[in-house]
Amino acid sequence: MNQPLPNSLRSSPDARGRFGGFGGRYVAETLMPLILEVERAYDSARADPAFLAEWRRLLTHYVGRPSPLWFAERLTHALGGAKVYFKRDELNHTGAHKINAVLGQILLAKRMGKTRIIAETGAGQHGVATATACALMDLPCVVYMGATDVERQQPNVFRMRLLGAEVVPVSSGAATLKDAMNEALRDWVANVRDTYYCIGTVAGPHPYPRMVRDFQSVIGEEVRWQMEQAEGRLPDVLVAAIGGGSNAMGLFHPFLDDASVRMIGVEAGGHGVESGRHAASLTGGRPGVLHGNRTYLLQDEHGQILEAHSISAGLDYPGIGPEHAWLHEIGRVEYVSATDEEALEAFRRCSRLEGIIPALEPAHALAHVMKIAPALPKDTLIVMNLCGRGDKDIFTVARHLGVSL
Amino acid sequence: MSRIAARFAALRAEGRGALIPFIEAGDPDADTSLALLRGLPAAGADLIEIGVPFTDPMADGPTIQRSGQRALKAGATLGRTLGMVRAFREPDDATPIVLMGYFNPILSYGVERFCADAAASGVDGLIVVDLPPEEAEELAAPARANGLDLIRLIAPTTDDSRLPRVLEGTSGFLYHVAITGITGTRSATAADLAANVARIRRFTALPVAIGFGIKTPAQAAEAVRIADAAVVASSLIETLAAHLDPEGRATPGLVPAVLGQVSALAEAVRAARRG
Repeated sequence: MNQPLPNSLRSSPDARGRFGGFGGRYVAETLMPLILEVERAYDSARADPAFLAEWRRLLTHYVGRPSPLWFAERLTHALGGAKVYFKRDELNHTGAHKINAVLGQILLAKRMGKTRIIAETGAGQHGVATATACALMDLPCVVYMGATDVERQQPNVFRMRLLGAEVVPVSSGAATLKDAMNEALRDWVANVRDTYYCIGTVAGPHPYPRMVRDFQSVIGEEVRWQMEQAEGRLPDVLVAAIGGGSNAMGLFHPFLDDASVRMIGVEAGGHGVESGRHAASLTGGRPGVLHGNRTYLLQDEHGQILEAHSISAGLDYPGIGPEHAWLHEIGRVEYVSATDEEALEAFRRCSRLEGIIPALEPAHALAHVMKIAPALPKDTLIVMNLCGRGDKDIFTVARHLGVSL
Repeated sequence: MSRIAARFAALRAEGRGALIPFIEAGDPDADTSLALLRGLPAAGADLIEIGVPFTDPMADGPTIQRSGQRALKAGATLGRTLGMVRAFREPDDATPIVLMGYFNPILSYGVERFCADAAASGVDGLIVVDLPPEEAEELAAPARANGLDLIRLIAPTTDDSRLPRVLEGTSGFLYHVAITGITGTRSATAADLAANVARIRRFTALPVAIGFGIKTPAQAAEAVRIADAAVVASSLIETLAAHLDPEGRATPGLVPAVLGQVSALAEAVRAARRG
């Protein structure tokens, strides 16, 4: 157990922002000088103890970290196999893991002298986190959100506005996360000198995939010592939902060199990968270039990007972070999918069995836990990242259950 | 000598700047788009830029976004764009054609195969918006091997320390993005343009084209007084869009309206340096 792999898998990306053949910096020349500036600023910040201490202070006293590692005993008994733990990142201030990386990025933006923050959001969790950090640090904030998502995530739209952010609905394309990201990039090109783009996931041009991963790795680092305290050893299986992949990368990265730890990323299967209506970029896509990085994408035979589909607005994205693309190709992480229906069923069971209403995003991860746990030995330790709470999703779920609120 | 170099040499001998109109391949349909392309040289286009439709054009404003969506809906692909250039080349072997687009359709087509097919179809140069010099080597070698000019974008944010890097391996001409922003939005001031073009000229002898924000004949004339060429895109696409019926189909007035606008721009460009 705990045999390190011969070469570290934790040293990527390289100087060009590459994870194997993925990642890079595919942006317009107007943005390129700024991307390089963000990289230099981040390199200097992460080597600065004062910067890291301020970020840690906010995580402890503002976010409420460490988040608990909860032994889901009733769920474990109901499934009748492996011991299931939840990493409770839904208890963070703002209700999801997004705040971890947002606080780091907004501190970086201030350090760079930027005076305006923009962000894209799908489910609204990253938008809420960014609006929150901007309120705390007194910075104007503009959040781009697909018009479809504005419609299905009304509570979060209202939250962002209460926090003082301007929410701009984007109606191009399918009006979801991909289109919101296009629009945020267009804003950034036009306001390149004073604006910082706070990206919500481990995607986009280098250094974003690495930077967001580094900040989110606080999740896995905590799991490591929490599991040591709880069980005296490493976990056996890590499971996390994947849209862009930030909560999964944060959980997985500190364990990449621990060969005994199996990792499973759960993509959104929508109506089923075979239906063509899904958001499973690794299972149903192929490599390409979008939004500043080279990674697996849902695309047609001519290289046109396809619309993703998922009941979860946070997973409704046709790409995936480049580090996941690489971990998929080298086989270090298994990538599977769960359908809308499976996620809904997991959502209901989690609510009844554990008294925790999960967001629809981690409900996908839980759906996979429910598939594998029964057949695993009782001493197998599974950790699932419960990366967001479900308050924002109750309207969507009610609609699917035919209930009017 | 390549068509691009030959054309700029001829224009220099004439003592005038170039007009480079932009059309999106396949907008609003393949036949209309080809008719426009074929009419451009007679209307006064010195070089032609053809946009390759992409679902996620991150550097483009609403006008060109919608143009690309119309083209995709009508079945445009990178392969059909090359077919359109082949059809244009049958009668016209002199007017340079530059394709402008995003990297993913090229990657999907196959970079090597694309460069070979593009050159064989009569394409002269490539502008790939989301391929900065840091990522360009994958395309640069096959482009060079097939005699295609790789035309780089130079933005107001491209500072003097970065310019040499951007210029390395560039050929044909340089495309100065006049504003920090997306297509079809703001326009740069003449003073900013003059300062930026002078700055670029300190580093290169290649012709400099100005694009982004040039809409009117007066702006085009101003651009060629400062630089070697003016690219006009969104305002032509707006004229095209104004000549669609409610179902988005071309009306008979579309081609004459767009070509008429090109003629007016060309006239202004040709008169710009006289008197």
